Amino acid sequence: MKKGKEKRAQGALKRISGPVVTAVGLDAHMYDVVKVGNEELMGEVIKIQGENTIIQVYEDTAGIRPGEPVENTGLSLTVELGPGLLTSIYDGIQRPLEVLVDKMGNFIERGVSAPGLSHEKKWEFVPTVKAGDDVKAGDILGTVQETNIVHKVMVPPRSKGGKIKEISGGSFTVDETICILEDGTEITMLQRWPVRVPRPVKEKLNPDIPLITGQRILDGLFPIAKGGTAAIPGPFGSGKTVAQQQLAKWSDAEIVVYIGCGERGNEMTEVLTEFPELEDPKTGRPLMERTVLIANTSNMPVAAREASVYTGITIAEYFRDMGYDVSLMADSTSRWAEAMREISSRLEEMPGEEGYPAYLAARLSEFYERAGRVVNANGTSGSVSVIGAVSPPGGDFSEPVTQNTLRIVKVFWALDAKLSQRRHFPAINWLNSYSLYLGALNEWYDREVSPEWNPLRSWAMGVLQKEAELQEIVQLVGSDALPDEEQVTIEVARMIREIFLQQNAYDPVDTYCSMTKQYDMMKSIKHYADLARTAQVGGATPQQVVGIKSKNELVQIKFIKDYEPVLEKILKDMKAEFDAMRAA
Amino acid sequence: MKEYRTISQIAGPLVFVEKTEPVGYSELVNIVTADGTIKRGQVLDTSDEIVVVQVFETTAGIGRDSGIRFTGETIKMPVGRDMLGRILSGGGKPIDGGPEIVPEKRLETTGAAINPYARAPPADFIQTGISTLDGTNTLVRGQKLPIFSASGLPHNDVALQIARQAKVPGSTEEFAVVFAAMGITREEANYFMADFEKTGALERAVVFLNLADDPAVERIITPRLALTTAEYLAFDLGYHVLVILTDMTNYCEALRQIGAAREEVPGRRGYPGYMYTDLASIYERAGIIKGVKGSVTQIPILTMPGDDITHPIPDLTGYITEGQIVVNRELHRKGIYPPINVLPSLSRLMNLGIGKGHTREDHKKVSDQLYAAYAEGNDLRGLVAIVGKDALSERDRMFLEFADLFEDRFVRQGLYEDRSIEETLDLGWDLLATLPEEQLVRIDRELIQKYHPKYRKKAQG
Ligand SMILES: Nc1ncnc2c1ncn2[C@@H]1O[C@H](COP(=O)(O)OP(=O)(O)OP(=O)(O)O)[C@@H](O)[C@H]1O
Ligand SMILES: [Mg+2]
Repeated sequence: MKKGKEKRAQGALKRISGPVVTAVGLDAHMYDVVKVGNEELMGEVIKIQGENTIIQVYEDTAGIRPGEPVENTGLSLTVELGPGLLTSIYDGIQRPLEVLVDKMGNFIERGVSAPGLSHEKKWEFVPTVKAGDDVKAGDILGTVQETNIVHKVMVPPRSKGGKIKEISGGSFTVDETICILEDGTEITMLQRWPVRVPRPVKEKLNPDIPLITGQRILDGLFPIAKGGTAAIPGPFGSGKTVAQQQLAKWSDAEIVVYIGCGERGNEMTEVLTEFPELEDPKTGRPLMERTVLIANTSNMPVAAREASVYTGITIAEYFRDMGYDVSLMADSTSRWAEAMREISSRLEEMPGEEGYPAYLAARLSEFYERAGRVVNANGTSGSVSVIGAVSPPGGDFSEPVTQNTLRIVKVFWALDAKLSQRRHFPAINWLNSYSLYLGALNEWYDREVSPEWNPLRSWAMGVLQKEAELQEIVQLVGSDALPDEEQVTIEVARMIREIFLQQNAYDPVDTYCSMTKQYDMMKSIKHYADLARTAQVGGATPQQVVGIKSKNELVQIKFIKDYEPVLEKILKDMKAEFDAMRAA
Repeated sequence: MKEYRTISQIAGPLVFVEKTEPVGYSELVNIVTADGTIKRGQVLDTSDEIVVVQVFETTAGIGRDSGIRFTGETIKMPVGRDMLGRILSGGGKPIDGGPEIVPEKRLETTGAAINPYARAPPADFIQTGISTLDGTNTLVRGQKLPIFSASGLPHNDVALQIARQAKVPGSTEEFAVVFAAMGITREEANYFMADFEKTGALERAVVFLNLADDPAVERIITPRLALTTAEYLAFDLGYHVLVILTDMTNYCEALRQIGAAREEVPGRRGYPGYMYTDLASIYERAGIIKGVKGSVTQIPILTMPGDDITHPIPDLTGYITEGQIVVNRELHRKGIYPPINVLPSLSRLMNLGIGKGHTREDHKKVSDQLYAAYAEGNDLRGLVAIVGKDALSERDRMFLEFADLFEDRFVRQGLYEDRSIEETLDLGWDLLATLPEEQLVRIDRELIQKYHPKYRKKAQG
C-alpha cells in the first residue's frame, strides 16, 4: 500500500466474482476510477447500493481476496490527448501496447499502468497566436508536426480562456507549459478528457460530402457521408473485418481510429504490419501515420472491452476538434454489447431482450450520436464518421444488437453468407443494403463525378432488381424460357455483379478504385447494354448479343492500373463486333 | 494449511463454503472426503460470507463432513521437457503408468493474452497434402482452424491425416503435437492413440485424456492444461506445436452445466452469455510471437448439434477462429473422402501464406475461380431437380458438370494420399480448363496464359 494517501478514499473488498467486485466503506461516485486490491488493478464504479460500491475491473481478478483495499482516485475514466496519439496501438483503456511489452513481456499481465502518451518525448511547438491575443476554449494555439499530420494544440474545452500573457515556440514535452494566460492559467499540450462524455461542438452540419472509400459497391451504390454512421452486420467470415480494414486503408478521411473490440489478436497484428507499408493514396505517406489503433482482443479483460469504444471515439473527437475528417471503425460492436451484457448479468440486473441490459439501445444511440460533421468551437469544421461491424448470432439480423443499431445508423451494408461462400466479395447484398444519404449526396456526385452518375446508378440498381425478379422465374422454368430481352438483362446484371460489384481486397490494383474509374466501368457496362438493346431491336438473337467477345474483356480493367487505353480498345472492338453483327 | 468443515450447500458441481478467512478469487481448492480422497476445485465467487467452489471431479462422496483446503494460489500446471511422449488425464495426472512429470516450471493455466503488439503475423504455409485445405483453405502456422463436423462423420480421420501429413515445405524445425480429448469415447481415443503410435508421433506428443466417463467439469480445465503445455513447448522450448482439441462441443456442454448449477441467466439455447469470451480464452491461445522461435497452431474439432452451423457452439467458434473446415454429410453419403464442403469452409489467414514466395503466384486466383465455379454449379443442381437438365443453357450445363468433377477429383482423395501444393494447383487448372476460357473472370489474363493447360501444352509442345 502506498503511503501518504488520504484515508477518506479507502475501502475494502467484500466480494469478488470475475470482473465485477464489491467494496464496502468506499466514498465514491458513479464512474469514478478506483484502484482495486494490493496490486492496484484499475477499475470503475458502476453501481452504488447501500453500503456497497460495485466496481468493474479492467484487469484479471484471479487471486484477489476479500479484505484487500480499494482506493478511489476521484477521477473518471479519462484518456490523454495530445501529440503522440498517431501510430499508437492501445488497449481498451489507452495503455500503449508497445510500452506494455517493454514493461511485462510478450503476454499481458496485470497491475501495470502506463500513460497513454509519452511524457518524455519532446515535440516542436510552433505557436499560431501571440501574446495579447484573446483565446477561448477550443481555440488553436499552435501546431506540432506529429507525423505528416499537423497536430493542432488547442485550449482545453473546459478552460475559461482569456488573454494570452506568454506563448513561445520550442521543444516541449506534453507536460510543459506552452502558454500562460493573463489570469495565470498554464496550458500544456496535454488534455485529459473523460471518455464517456462527448467533447463539445458548436454546431452540427448536414452531411453532404461522401466519404470516398475506393470500394465500388460503397461509393457507387450505398455511400456513407463524412460524419455519417454505417453498420456492417454479417455472420462470421462474411467480410466485416476486411471491409473495415479496407475503409481504414482507403477512405479519404484524414485520420483513422480503428477499434478491435473483442476480436482476434492476429487481425490487429495484420493492421500493425500492413499499415506502415501501405501508402495513403492522397498523401503518399504510410497509412500508419494517420492511424490510431485500439486493440482489446477477445481474450483481454471484458470490462476494458466495454471501455474501448469510448476511448476510441474520444480520440476521434479530439482530432475532429482540430478540423480533421476522422473515420472510426469499431469491430465489433456486438462484442461491446456482449461485454455490457456480461457486466450487467454479474450485477444481477433485470435482463432485457436476449439477456442484454435494458439500456442497450440507449448506449448504442449515445455512441453513434457522437458521429457527425460539425463546426468546432474554434470555427474549423471537422467530422467523425462511425462504421460499426455487427456480429449477429447465427447470422440472424433480427437479434437485438443489429436491430437497435439499424434504428440509429443511416447506412446499412448487409453482408450475406451466400455471397461470401461463393467468394463474391465484398459480400454486401445489393438488394437489402441501403444508404439514406443518397439524396443529400446527389449534388456532390453531379458536381464532382458527372451529371450522368446518378442516373447511371439508378439504372444499375434497376437492372439488379430486375435480375432478382427474373431469377425467381428462372428457378421455376429455366433460363431458356425467358423472353429474349430478359435473357440479355440477366447477362447485363451478371456483368454488373462480376465487373463492378465484386472487388478483390487482396489484388494490388483492384483493392482501391477511384471514383473516375468506377464511373468509367459502369458507363462501359451500360454502353454494352445499350448496344445490345439496339442490336436486339434490329433482330439480333440473345445468343448473338451475349456472345460478343469484347465484353468479356471488361472484367480485366479492374486489375489494370492505367486502364484507359485498354478500355478504349475494348469499347472500339465492341463497336466493331456489333457493327459486324448488324452487317451480317 | 487450514481445513474448513463449513460446507453449507452442494449443488451439481458447486460447493458452497461458509465462515472462511479471506479466500482469493480463482484460487485452487482441495476437498478431502471422508475416505481421504482429494478432489480439486476452483473458487468461482468469493466474499466474506460465502465462497463458491467449482469441483472438477464428481461431487460424489463430498458431504458436510468433507474438509476444504484453500491452497492460496491459482491453478498451476507443472511443465517440463519430459512431458513429450506422455499420456495424462484430463486433469493433468500421468495415466500411462510412468513417473510423475519432473516440473521445470509451474505455469498459470488461464494463460495471459498475448500482447497483440508482440505477435508476428502467421505466414508459413503448412502443406497438409489435402487439396481442399492446401488449395482452397490453406492452413498457416500459428492459425486456429477448427473442423466443424457432426456425429457419424469422419472428422477424426481428417484430423489425423492433417497431423500425419502436415509439414512446412523446406523446413526442418522441430515440431510437436498436443492432443486434448474432452468427453470422447475410449474407442475414439484409442483410434487416435493407435495412429499416433503407428506413425511414431506419440514420441513427440503430449496427450490429455478426459473421456466420456470422466467428470464433465474436468473438461473445463483440460484444454487449458493442454494449451499451457503447448505454449511452454512453443515459446520456451521452440517447438512448432500442433494442438488438437476434441470435442469442443463436450467442453461447451460442461460450461452450460456449470452455468445452470450457478443459476445464471442463460443465453442462447441455455449456454452461458459469456461463452464467447470463454471460448476466446482458449482459441486465442494460438499464434506466433515476434523474436520467439516456436508457434502454436490449433485444430479444434467440434460436432455441430443437428448439423446446424448456426448452433451457438459452431457459431461462436467461427466468430473467434480464423476460419473453419466444414465436414459435410451429403458428400460423405456420396462416398467422398474427405467430405469437406469448401463452400462454407474458409481459411482467413490463407492470403498471408500463399502466393509468390510462399506457394505459387496463381494460388489465390485459382482458388477464387474454383470456388465461384463450384458454387455456381452447385446452385444449378437445385434448378435441375425442378426443371431438368434440358432446360439449362449450354453455359449452365458446363458449370453443372464442373461441380461433379470438382467433387470427384479435387475433393476426393485417399486417406493416405499426400498431394503436393503443385499437384493440387495443377489439378485445379485441369478442372478449370473444362470451362470456356472467357468464363474464368476471376483470373487475370497473364496468369491464364502462364498456367492454363491449353497454353502450357503449347509452350511445352
Ligand atoms: N473484399 C474482399 N476481397 C477478397 N476477400 C475478401 C473480401 N472480404 C472478405 N474476404 C474474405 O473473407 C474472409 C473473411 O472475412 P472477414 O475476416 O472480414 O470476416 P468477418 O465478417 O470479419 O468475420 P468474423 O465475424 O468472424 O470476424 C477473409 O479472410 C477473406 O478471405
Ligand atoms: Mg471480423
